[in-house]
Amino acid sequence: MSDWLALLRPGDWLAAALGVLAVSLAFPLLWRGGPAERAVIRLDGRVVAEYPLDAARRFEVAGPLGRTVVEIQPGRARIAADPGPRQYCVKQGWLTRANAIAICAPNHVSLSLAGRQAGYDTLNY
Amino acid sequence: MGETTIELRVTPADRRVARYAAAAIVLTVAEAAIPTPLPGVKPGLANIVVLIVLARHGWREAAWVSLLRVLAGSLLVGQFLAPGFFLSLTGALTSLAALALAARLPARWFGPVSHSIVAAFAHVGGQVLLARAWLVPHDGVFYLVPVFALFALVFGVVNGLVAARLMSAPPPAHRDGN
Repeated sequence: MSDWLALLRPGDWLAAALGVLAVSLAFPLLWRGGPAERAVIRLDGRVVAEYPLDAARRFEVAGPLGRTVVEIQPGRARIAADPGPRQYCVKQGWLTRANAIAICAPNHVSLSLAGRQAGYDTLNY
Repeated sequence: MGETTIELRVTPADRRVARYAAAAIVLTVAEAAIPTPLPGVKPGLANIVVLIVLARHGWREAAWVSLLRVLAGSLLVGQFLAPGFFLSLTGALTSLAALALAARLPARWFGPVSHSIVAAFAHVGGQVLLARAWLVPHDGVFYLVPVFALFALVFGVVNGLVAARLMSAPPPAHRDGN
Protein backbone atom coordinates (compact mmCIF):
# COMPACT_ATOMS: atom_id res chain seq x y z
CA MET A 1 0.00 0.00 0.00
CA SER A 2 2.68 2.48 1.01
CA ASP A 3 4.68 1.87 -2.15
CA TRP A 4 1.55 2.79 -4.15
CA LEU A 5 1.17 5.99 -2.13
CA ALA A 6 4.80 6.82 -2.85
CA LEU A 7 3.83 7.14 -6.52
CA LEU A 8 1.67 10.16 -5.74
CA ARG A 9 3.33 13.54 -6.07
CA PRO A 10 2.12 16.47 -3.94
CA GLY A 11 0.07 17.96 -6.79
CA ASP A 12 -1.59 14.62 -7.38
CA TRP A 13 -3.20 14.89 -3.96
CA LEU A 14 -4.45 18.32 -4.98
CA ALA A 15 -5.85 16.97 -8.26
CA ALA A 16 -7.55 14.11 -6.42
CA ALA A 17 -8.98 16.49 -3.82
CA LEU A 18 -10.37 18.75 -6.54
CA GLY A 19 -11.87 15.65 -8.17
CA VAL A 20 -13.55 14.62 -4.94
CA LEU A 21 -14.87 18.16 -4.53
CA ALA A 22 -16.22 18.21 -8.10
CA VAL A 23 -17.96 14.87 -7.64
CA SER A 24 -19.46 15.80 -4.28
CA LEU A 25 -20.74 19.09 -5.70
CA ALA A 26 -22.13 17.37 -8.79
CA PHE A 27 -24.51 15.17 -6.82
CA PRO A 28 -26.51 17.89 -5.01
CA LEU A 29 -26.30 20.25 -7.99
CA LEU A 30 -27.53 17.86 -10.64
CA TRP A 31 -29.69 15.52 -8.62
CA ARG A 32 -32.08 17.97 -7.07
CA GLY A 33 -35.03 18.01 -9.53
CA GLY A 34 -36.99 19.55 -6.65
CA PRO A 35 -38.37 17.74 -3.65
CA ALA A 36 -41.76 16.21 -4.20
CA GLU A 37 -44.48 17.96 -2.25
CA ARG A 38 -47.87 16.72 -3.46
CA ALA A 39 -49.33 13.57 -4.87
CA VAL A 40 -51.78 14.17 -7.71
CA ILE A 41 -54.16 11.38 -8.63
CA ARG A 42 -55.94 11.50 -11.95
CA LEU A 43 -58.73 9.44 -13.48
CA ASP A 44 -59.25 9.86 -17.24
CA GLY A 45 -56.92 12.84 -17.07
CA ARG A 46 -59.03 14.72 -14.53
CA VAL A 47 -57.56 15.37 -11.11
CA VAL A 48 -59.62 13.41 -8.60
CA ALA A 49 -57.45 13.95 -5.54
CA GLU A 50 -54.42 15.91 -4.47
CA TYR A 51 -52.66 15.32 -1.15
CA PRO A 52 -49.52 16.77 0.41
CA LEU A 53 -46.82 14.18 1.09
CA ASP A 54 -46.74 14.89 4.80
CA ALA A 55 -48.66 12.07 6.41
CA ALA A 56 -49.44 8.43 5.69
CA ARG A 57 -52.78 7.81 4.06
CA ARG A 58 -54.44 5.56 1.52
CA PHE A 59 -56.75 6.61 -1.26
CA GLU A 60 -58.87 4.50 -3.59
CA VAL A 61 -59.97 5.43 -7.09
CA ALA A 62 -62.69 3.53 -8.91
CA GLY A 63 -61.72 3.10 -12.56
CA PRO A 64 -63.40 1.08 -15.33
CA LEU A 65 -61.65 -2.15 -14.21
CA GLY A 66 -61.94 -1.75 -10.46
CA ARG A 67 -60.27 -0.01 -7.59
CA THR A 68 -56.73 1.38 -7.75
CA VAL A 69 -55.20 1.89 -4.32
CA VAL A 70 -52.76 4.77 -3.84
CA GLU A 71 -50.59 4.75 -0.75
CA ILE A 72 -49.02 7.94 0.49
CA GLN A 73 -46.27 8.26 3.10
CA PRO A 74 -44.21 11.25 4.14
CA GLY A 75 -42.09 12.16 1.11
CA ARG A 76 -43.27 9.37 -1.16
CA ALA A 77 -46.25 7.72 -2.80
CA ARG A 78 -46.99 4.56 -4.76
CA ILE A 79 -49.72 2.55 -6.39
CA ALA A 80 -50.29 -0.17 -3.79
CA ALA A 81 -52.78 -2.18 -5.83
CA ASP A 82 -54.34 -2.03 -9.27
CA PRO A 83 -56.63 -4.34 -11.23
CA GLY A 84 -54.60 -3.92 -14.44
CA PRO A 85 -53.30 -7.12 -16.06
CA ARG A 86 -49.59 -6.24 -16.19
CA GLN A 87 -49.16 -4.30 -12.97
CA TYR A 88 -46.57 -1.92 -14.38
CA CYS A 89 -47.62 0.97 -12.16
CA VAL A 90 -47.53 -1.25 -9.06
CA LYS A 91 -44.10 -2.65 -9.91
CA GLN A 92 -42.76 0.87 -10.31
CA GLY A 93 -42.74 1.07 -6.52
CA TRP A 94 -42.34 4.23 -4.51
CA LEU A 95 -42.17 7.54 -6.32
CA THR A 96 -40.00 10.03 -4.49
CA ARG A 97 -39.02 12.75 -6.93
CA ALA A 98 -41.00 15.67 -8.29
CA ASN A 99 -42.59 14.98 -11.70
CA ALA A 100 -42.24 11.23 -11.36
CA ILE A 101 -45.35 9.46 -12.55
CA ALA A 102 -46.90 6.00 -12.36
CA ILE A 103 -49.58 5.31 -14.94
CA CYS A 104 -52.12 2.50 -14.63
CA ALA A 105 -53.33 2.79 -18.20
CA PRO A 106 -55.87 -0.09 -18.20
CA ASN A 107 -57.70 1.46 -15.29
CA HIS A 108 -57.25 5.06 -16.56
CA VAL A 109 -55.54 6.12 -13.32
CA SER A 110 -52.29 8.00 -12.89
CA LEU A 111 -50.33 9.04 -9.83
CA SER A 112 -47.83 11.86 -10.21
CA LEU A 113 -45.75 13.82 -7.77
CA ALA A 114 -45.61 17.58 -8.01
CA GLY A 115 -42.82 19.78 -6.75
CA ARG A 116 -42.56 23.51 -6.50
CA GLN A 117 -41.78 24.05 -10.16
CA ALA A 118 -42.82 21.75 -12.98
CA GLY A 119 -39.61 21.61 -14.96
CA TYR A 120 -40.39 18.39 -16.77
CA ASP A 121 -43.47 16.64 -18.06
CA THR A 122 -42.35 13.37 -16.50
CA LEU A 123 -39.25 11.81 -15.05
CA ASN A 124 -38.63 8.13 -15.54
CA TYR A 125 -35.62 6.10 -14.46
CA MET B 1 7.25 2.12 -68.10
CA GLY B 2 9.62 2.12 -65.24
CA GLU B 3 8.69 0.71 -61.93
CA THR B 4 8.32 3.13 -59.12
CA THR B 5 9.00 2.08 -55.63
CA ILE B 6 7.42 4.10 -52.95
CA GLU B 7 9.45 3.86 -49.86
CA LEU B 8 7.97 5.03 -46.60
CA ARG B 9 10.57 6.22 -44.19
CA VAL B 10 9.85 4.70 -40.82
CA THR B 11 11.37 6.56 -37.93
CA PRO B 12 12.04 5.04 -34.52
CA ALA B 13 9.21 7.23 -33.24
CA ASP B 14 6.82 5.59 -35.73
CA ARG B 15 7.78 2.14 -34.51
CA ARG B 16 7.35 3.27 -30.94
CA VAL B 17 3.91 4.71 -31.64
CA ALA B 18 2.87 1.53 -33.41
CA ARG B 19 4.05 -0.64 -30.54
CA TYR B 20 2.32 1.44 -27.88
CA ALA B 21 -0.83 1.71 -29.98
CA ALA B 22 -0.90 -2.07 -30.34
CA ALA B 23 -0.74 -2.43 -26.56
CA ALA B 24 -3.54 0.12 -26.15
CA ILE B 25 -5.70 -1.66 -28.74
CA VAL B 26 -5.26 -4.98 -26.94
CA LEU B 27 -6.44 -3.34 -23.72
CA THR B 28 -9.44 -1.80 -25.53
CA VAL B 29 -10.52 -5.17 -26.91
CA ALA B 30 -9.97 -6.90 -23.57
CA GLU B 31 -11.98 -4.22 -21.84
CA ALA B 32 -14.88 -4.61 -24.27
CA ALA B 33 -15.36 -8.08 -22.78
CA ILE B 34 -15.81 -6.74 -19.26
CA PRO B 35 -19.48 -6.27 -18.39
CA THR B 36 -20.28 -2.81 -17.05
CA PRO B 37 -23.00 -1.83 -14.60
CA LEU B 38 -23.96 1.24 -16.60
CA PRO B 39 -23.48 1.83 -20.33
CA GLY B 40 -20.59 4.23 -20.78
CA VAL B 41 -18.82 3.36 -17.57
CA LYS B 42 -15.51 1.73 -18.47
CA PRO B 43 -12.17 1.66 -16.69
CA GLY B 44 -10.38 2.96 -19.80
CA LEU B 45 -7.34 0.74 -19.37
CA ALA B 46 -5.91 1.81 -22.72
CA ASN B 47 -5.36 5.24 -21.23
CA ILE B 48 -2.65 3.78 -19.03
CA VAL B 49 -0.62 3.34 -22.21
CA VAL B 50 -1.41 6.91 -23.30
CA LEU B 51 -0.24 8.23 -19.93
CA ILE B 52 3.02 6.34 -20.19
CA VAL B 53 3.66 7.62 -23.71
CA LEU B 54 2.86 11.15 -22.57
CA ALA B 55 5.37 10.94 -19.75
CA ARG B 56 8.10 9.28 -21.77
CA HIS B 57 7.75 10.70 -25.27
CA GLY B 58 5.56 13.77 -25.06
CA TRP B 59 2.09 14.84 -26.07
CA ARG B 60 2.45 14.40 -29.84
CA GLU B 61 3.13 10.69 -29.63
CA ALA B 62 0.51 10.26 -26.91
CA ALA B 63 -2.06 11.84 -29.26
CA TRP B 64 -1.06 9.45 -32.04
CA VAL B 65 -1.37 6.43 -29.78
CA SER B 66 -4.70 7.60 -28.39
CA LEU B 67 -6.30 8.31 -31.77
CA LEU B 68 -4.93 5.16 -33.41
CA ARG B 69 -6.33 3.25 -30.46
CA VAL B 70 -9.80 4.77 -30.97
CA LEU B 71 -9.76 4.03 -34.69
CA ALA B 72 -8.39 0.49 -34.65
CA GLY B 73 -10.16 -0.41 -31.42
CA SER B 74 -13.53 0.56 -32.87
CA LEU B 75 -12.84 -1.47 -36.02
CA LEU B 76 -12.00 -4.55 -33.96
CA VAL B 77 -14.98 -4.19 -31.64
CA GLY B 78 -17.29 -3.48 -34.59
CA GLN B 79 -18.20 0.02 -33.48
CA PHE B 80 -16.56 2.00 -36.27
CA LEU B 81 -18.76 5.02 -37.17
CA ALA B 82 -21.41 3.85 -34.68
CA PRO B 83 -22.41 6.29 -31.91
CA GLY B 84 -19.97 4.57 -29.57
CA PHE B 85 -17.12 5.43 -31.92
CA PHE B 86 -17.96 9.13 -31.93
CA LEU B 87 -18.35 9.17 -28.17
CA SER B 88 -15.00 7.51 -27.81
CA LEU B 89 -13.38 9.86 -30.34
CA THR B 90 -14.81 12.93 -28.62
CA GLY B 91 -13.63 11.63 -25.26
CA ALA B 92 -10.15 11.04 -26.67
CA LEU B 93 -10.00 14.52 -28.25
CA THR B 94 -11.18 16.38 -25.16
CA SER B 95 -8.87 14.46 -22.88
CA LEU B 96 -5.94 15.04 -25.23
CA ALA B 97 -6.75 18.75 -25.19
CA ALA B 98 -6.80 18.68 -21.40
CA LEU B 99 -3.57 16.68 -21.32
CA ALA B 100 -1.88 19.26 -23.54
CA LEU B 101 -2.46 21.74 -20.73
CA ALA B 102 -1.88 19.34 -17.84
CA ALA B 103 1.44 18.19 -19.29
CA ARG B 104 2.73 21.75 -18.83
CA LEU B 105 2.27 21.56 -15.07
CA PRO B 106 5.59 21.25 -13.22
CA ALA B 107 6.54 17.55 -13.25
CA ARG B 108 8.00 17.84 -9.77
CA TRP B 109 4.53 18.35 -8.36
CA PHE B 110 2.16 16.74 -10.82
CA GLY B 111 2.63 13.19 -12.07
CA PRO B 112 0.69 10.61 -14.08
CA VAL B 113 -2.06 10.50 -11.46
CA SER B 114 -2.87 14.19 -11.98
CA HIS B 115 -2.76 13.72 -15.74
CA SER B 116 -5.04 10.74 -15.47
CA ILE B 117 -7.62 12.52 -13.31
CA VAL B 118 -7.67 15.57 -15.57
CA ALA B 119 -7.97 13.40 -18.68
CA ALA B 120 -10.74 11.26 -17.16
CA PHE B 121 -12.86 14.28 -16.29
CA ALA B 122 -12.26 15.85 -19.70
CA HIS B 123 -13.21 12.54 -21.30
CA VAL B 124 -16.53 12.37 -19.48
CA GLY B 125 -17.17 16.08 -20.08
CA GLY B 126 -16.66 15.78 -23.82
CA GLN B 127 -18.80 12.69 -24.07
CA VAL B 128 -21.67 14.13 -22.07
CA LEU B 129 -21.67 17.30 -24.19
CA LEU B 130 -21.69 15.25 -27.40
CA ALA B 131 -24.45 13.05 -26.06
CA ARG B 132 -26.48 16.13 -25.08
CA ALA B 133 -25.94 17.78 -28.46
CA TRP B 134 -26.50 14.76 -30.63
CA LEU B 135 -27.71 11.49 -29.11
CA VAL B 136 -30.06 12.56 -26.31
CA PRO B 137 -31.06 16.16 -26.96
CA HIS B 138 -32.52 16.60 -23.51
CA ASP B 139 -31.12 17.95 -20.26
CA GLY B 140 -31.91 14.61 -18.64
CA VAL B 141 -28.43 13.50 -19.76
CA PHE B 142 -26.90 15.71 -17.11
CA TYR B 143 -28.68 13.62 -14.53
CA LEU B 144 -26.04 10.94 -15.12
CA VAL B 145 -23.10 13.32 -14.78
CA PRO B 146 -22.48 12.77 -11.04
CA VAL B 147 -22.27 9.01 -11.58
CA PHE B 148 -19.92 9.38 -14.55
CA ALA B 149 -17.83 11.91 -12.63
CA LEU B 150 -17.51 9.53 -9.69
CA PHE B 151 -16.32 6.71 -11.94
CA ALA B 152 -13.99 9.11 -13.76
CA LEU B 153 -12.38 10.00 -10.46
CA VAL B 154 -12.00 6.40 -9.32
CA PHE B 155 -10.69 5.03 -12.62
CA GLY B 156 -8.61 8.16 -13.17
CA VAL B 157 -6.75 7.64 -9.90
CA VAL B 158 -6.37 3.89 -10.45
CA ASN B 159 -5.13 4.20 -14.05
CA GLY B 160 -2.74 6.97 -13.05
CA LEU B 161 -1.33 4.86 -10.25
CA VAL B 162 -0.89 1.87 -12.55
CA ALA B 163 0.89 4.05 -15.12
CA ALA B 164 3.16 5.53 -12.44
CA ARG B 165 3.85 2.06 -11.11
CA LEU B 166 4.74 0.67 -14.52
CA MET B 167 7.10 3.57 -15.15
CA SER B 168 8.78 3.24 -11.77
CA ALA B 169 9.57 -0.41 -12.43
CA PRO B 170 12.92 -1.02 -14.13
CA PRO B 171 12.38 -1.48 -17.88
CA PRO B 172 12.69 -5.09 -19.07
CA ALA B 173 15.97 -5.84 -20.85
CA HIS B 174 14.45 -6.57 -24.28
CA ARG B 175 12.53 -3.29 -24.46
CA ASP B 176 14.91 -1.51 -26.81
CA GLY B 177 15.82 -4.61 -28.74
CA ASN B 178 13.24 -4.14 -31.53
